[in-house]
Amino acid sequence: MVVCVIFKYHMSIDLKTIKHISKLSRISVDEQKAEKLAGDLNSIFKFIEKLNELKTDNVVPLTSVAETTLKLRSDEIKSEDIRKQILKNSPQDNEDYFVVPKVIE
Amino acid sequence: MSDITKQSLSELVKNIKDKKLSSEEVTKAFINRSEKSKELNAYITEDYSSALEKAKKFDQKPNLQLKLPGIPMAVKDLFCTDSIRTTAGSKILNNFVPTYESTVTQNIWNEGAILLGKLNCDEFAMGSSNETSFFGNVQNPIDKNLVPGGSSGGSASAVAGQLTPITIGTDTGGSIRQPASFTGTVGLKPTYGSCSRYGIVAFASSLDQAGPMAQNVKDCALLQEVISTYDPKDSTSIDFKRNEYSKELSKNIKGKKIGIPKEYRVDGMPKEIEELWQKGIQYAKDCGAEILDISLPHTSYALPTYYIVAPAEASSNLARYDGVKYGFRAKGGENLTEMYEKTRSEGFGAEVQRRIMIGTYVLSSGYYDAYYLKAQKVRKLIKNDFDEAYKKVDAILTPSTPSSAFKIGEKKDDPVSMYLNDIFTVPVNLAGLPGISIPAGHDAKGYPLGLQIIGKAFDEQNILNIAYAMEEKINFKNKITDWWIK
Repeated sequence: MVVCVIFKYHMSIDLKTIKHISKLSRISVDEQKAEKLAGDLNSIFKFIEKLNELKTDNVVPLTSVAETTLKLRSDEIKSEDIRKQILKNSPQDNEDYFVVPKVIE
Repeated sequence: MSDITKQSLSELVKNIKDKKLSSEEVTKAFINRSEKSKELNAYITEDYSSALEKAKKFDQKPNLQLKLPGIPMAVKDLFCTDSIRTTAGSKILNNFVPTYESTVTQNIWNEGAILLGKLNCDEFAMGSSNETSFFGNVQNPIDKNLVPGGSSGGSASAVAGQLTPITIGTDTGGSIRQPASFTGTVGLKPTYGSCSRYGIVAFASSLDQAGPMAQNVKDCALLQEVISTYDPKDSTSIDFKRNEYSKELSKNIKGKKIGIPKEYRVDGMPKEIEELWQKGIQYAKDCGAEILDISLPHTSYALPTYYIVAPAEASSNLARYDGVKYGFRAKGGENLTEMYEKTRSEGFGAEVQRRIMIGTYVLSSGYYDAYYLKAQKVRKLIKNDFDEAYKKVDAILTPSTPSSAFKIGEKKDDPVSMYLNDIFTVPVNLAGLPGISIPAGHDAKGYPLGLQIIGKAFDEQNILNIAYAMEEKINFKNKITDWWIK
């Protein structure tokens, strides 16, 4: 039932929602950008809500078109020491670790 | 031999094998033309000097048994290339130099081809006009200020403009077939699981596939034969018997049943597209195929489904770009969260941010069932439509796009109208099927228009054969004036 309610009353994505999504997706958004995004997302969701016309209660969701079960492989170490390769592209490192801004005071 | 760049891949392979051309001559010719074609902005990264070196090395000890002996080739900048910068058209990967090679490109080099450079594309392959690239718009060789389509816009422009004899793109919702249609070239999106996704910058993992983009169907079949391999490094790669597509190519399609889905006759579709479709039906009949009317009743739900599934998967895939492990990191973040937020806000372009936000929203607490689960259910209905149709027919014929190429800037400010470009291509990705776009005519402006042939899963040979037979009847000639060469 919750589903129906959301669809029925989902009129628009407001600035508060944009701020919330921005926080969840770790993308900072200023007021101007938030307003533009709200407009864009509302027109996209209006378009998406066409799916509501369909009754899908008894449909099994499709999660993968490749109808094979995932293969198991033996748990073997195949790569050599690749620390250098892994750290090669990091914006900041100290040869052993990735470096990030201070997390704990 | 003059006009090397005008030769098809198959001709170049033959001339190198017959020792009429050296790899160095061919490589030089494509480098020269690429150098003169900077206005197209097809390349993001050039690798010409090392290409020439490799060509010389090939000529010293040529292995002429290979399928692509000494053939130079530029590839979409979504494929990771070992020690060559790979950007995915994004600022956030502006300085990323992979330490490994994608399986698809490795397969190409194993058959003797030589990397010319990396081709422009929409940022993270999100776009239908190449206008979302951090590295600027790409020009369509057909006409000035015309988009080449997207997301494989640089690839399409480079093949049509003869900057590379052939190339590869990726297709999540139409990103090979739509640009092929806009540039008068051939583009194949293989069955999901046919080409390995290992080393391809991920957009929407349940939809992404790599595929060839070529001047003709035969070249396309040859490259598909090279790139399609089973790969244990991709857990969704499928171990099935692959054909030698180019060797088994046949124009005999007599008695093949081809379906015409009535739901593809959409509102507001230009008369030219309808006429092209009718012409295509006649060509298929002339080749001996039998035409049947079919129904794919959930077609109009494909785009809304796609715009839930693809952004959802993208928001998850793109979570890895955090300014820590690789790529761009913004300056001035006070703490870790601020650093993440600034990096992603400054590093991603507007369209990518929009899609991450859509994806985050549809997966967020309280909305998952209403959007994501709903979309997965409708995706099942769309796949069922095709399964039902394939009980009656061997392939399906549709237009590739609802219009010809449009002007740069024309649709940039209206995301939904941009998304409508992929209305005929998206259902194919949702169902995991192979689809090929072949050039089939011109509109009143002289811009190319494409027809799409959709096949059963793993039935690439069949749609290649139909395309090959129709190509001969259509006898399409691309109108390229070299307007960008001074």
